[in-house]
Amino acid sequence: MPRYMLLTKYDVDSIGAGPMSEWDPDDITAHLEFLRALNQELIDNGELVDMQALTGPELAKIVTFDGQGSPVVTDGPYTEVKEVLAGYQLVDVESEARAIEIAARVSAAPGPGGVPLRNRIEVRQLMGPPPGGDV
Amino acid sequence: MTSTARIEDLLRELAPQVLGAVVRRYGDFDAAEDAVQEALLAAAMHWPAEGLPDNPRGWLIQTAVRRLTDQYRSDQARRRREESAALRELPGAEPAQRDDALVLLFMCCHPALTPASSIALTLRAVAGLSTAEIATAFLVPEATMAQRISRAKQKIKASGIPFRMPAPQEFEARLRSVLHVLYLLFNEGYTSSAGTDLHRTDLSGEAIRLTRAMHAMLPERSEVTGLLALMLNDARRPARTGAHGELIPLAEQDRTRWNRPAIAEGVRLAATAMSGGVVGEYQLQAAIAALHDGAERAEDTDWPQILGLYGLLARLSGNPIVELNRAVAAAMVHGPRAGLDLLAPLDKRLPGHYRLDAVRGHLLDMIGDTEAAAAHYRAAAARTTSEPERQYLVTKAAKLNQHNR
Repeated sequence: MPRYMLLTKYDVDSIGAGPMSEWDPDDITAHLEFLRALNQELIDNGELVDMQALTGPELAKIVTFDGQGSPVVTDGPYTEVKEVLAGYQLVDVESEARAIEIAARVSAAPGPGGVPLRNRIEVRQLMGPPPGGDV
Repeated sequence: MTSTARIEDLLRELAPQVLGAVVRRYGDFDAAEDAVQEALLAAAMHWPAEGLPDNPRGWLIQTAVRRLTDQYRSDQARRRREESAALRELPGAEPAQRDDALVLLFMCCHPALTPASSIALTLRAVAGLSTAEIATAFLVPEATMAQRISRAKQKIKASGIPFRMPAPQEFEARLRSVLHVLYLLFNEGYTSSAGTDLHRTDLSGEAIRLTRAMHAMLPERSEVTGLLALMLNDARRPARTGAHGELIPLAEQDRTRWNRPAIAEGVRLAATAMSGGVVGEYQLQAAIAALHDGAERAEDTDWPQILGLYGLLARLSGNPIVELNRAVAAAMVHGPRAGLDLLAPLDKRLPGHYRLDAVRGHLLDMIGDTEAAAAHYRAAAARTTSEPERQYLVTKAAKLNQHNR
């Protein structure tokens, strides 16, 4: 079955929900419970391969290197980047349609006041082995 | 003392027969499977030291049934279940033991299940692989695979599929369903051979083993023979990839690296399958594969006959991918322009499909239109979901670009 990476992009400005640390604690609980239940459902369906949340951009480092001397390492956050990769789910599903269906659920995870966050979920298929038969 | 390896082989062979026998008697697939697992474990522990019992299959069935009745005895619904079990044990209705494994396969590949669930359940219940082994083979966590298998079993239970040979009027459809699942399983293994993980179960090997067993049970069914013949082309595997997993097209393969005995068996079976009455898709594909196998060098390939077979296959299956292969064969017989002509109607049927671009690139390359060929190879590379294939197509485009500069 095809595998898809569902990348959750978090854009503070466009969503207007503000950083989670400023939410009502009950809203945080509801948000995390929603994702926990969704992931459990994916496990029960036999669809979840992996899921991870990433540390915030405050801990990010950007590394560039030209192969000589020492690499250039810069600390985050980067004010010029508004969209942050918050985490991902790796799913093994019947079809792209199913991956999109799951992505839609993730996007509608509740934010402050239970209002769906409408995070942008990027759906990317993983590269697989060669197709059957000879080329 | 019996060697552990021999006992393992014997247990894997007997497992589906034993499970089939227990399910037939008690109906409860889930509980029967647990009980059979325990019986197999007990055998693996005792037999190496104590030697094989006189009737290993009987020993396993008896042990599993004992576990199952122990289980039922501690169960509230014991009486009801024992009664229904007793009803199922009709005197004299004991079918031959080989049928149990076959009925089990029909059950696991039931059309009510998705192909992915059927594959998982077949590997577990018929091939006797552990859930961990299946999970590793499909690169998913064990918990995920365990759920997939458990849901498949629940679905069988809920749909009330009886444990018996399909009725004559539904036999053909059910047989197609089993063959399709085995074919998909084979392709899973065939395509993942480029992987470097030595611990991955050899899925195409499992598919061949299961199809071989099915062929032994249904020797008169030429589609089963054809499928087995087709699968034996796994023998080309050593030549299909280079040292770093890169794809090597059929025309450039070092044919001395093919597994000759398996190829010979495949060719022989393909001939048998073609002479056995109504010819279906698997027989035709096997026959085409046999023609490739028969060519000592790529240039010796009997393309006119392959073209004819693709024509039959296209009419039978209506599959546009078959049309692509037919276009390649037509190009080899009548020249690349004839092939390109056959591709034209496929733009509507396979819009944006990378293989259409890949084949078009190949045929344009044959004509000498290297610029257009490179563009199609690039388009194909952008849309394939296969990593080795992307590398192959990108390299093709890059070589043509270099040539064009």
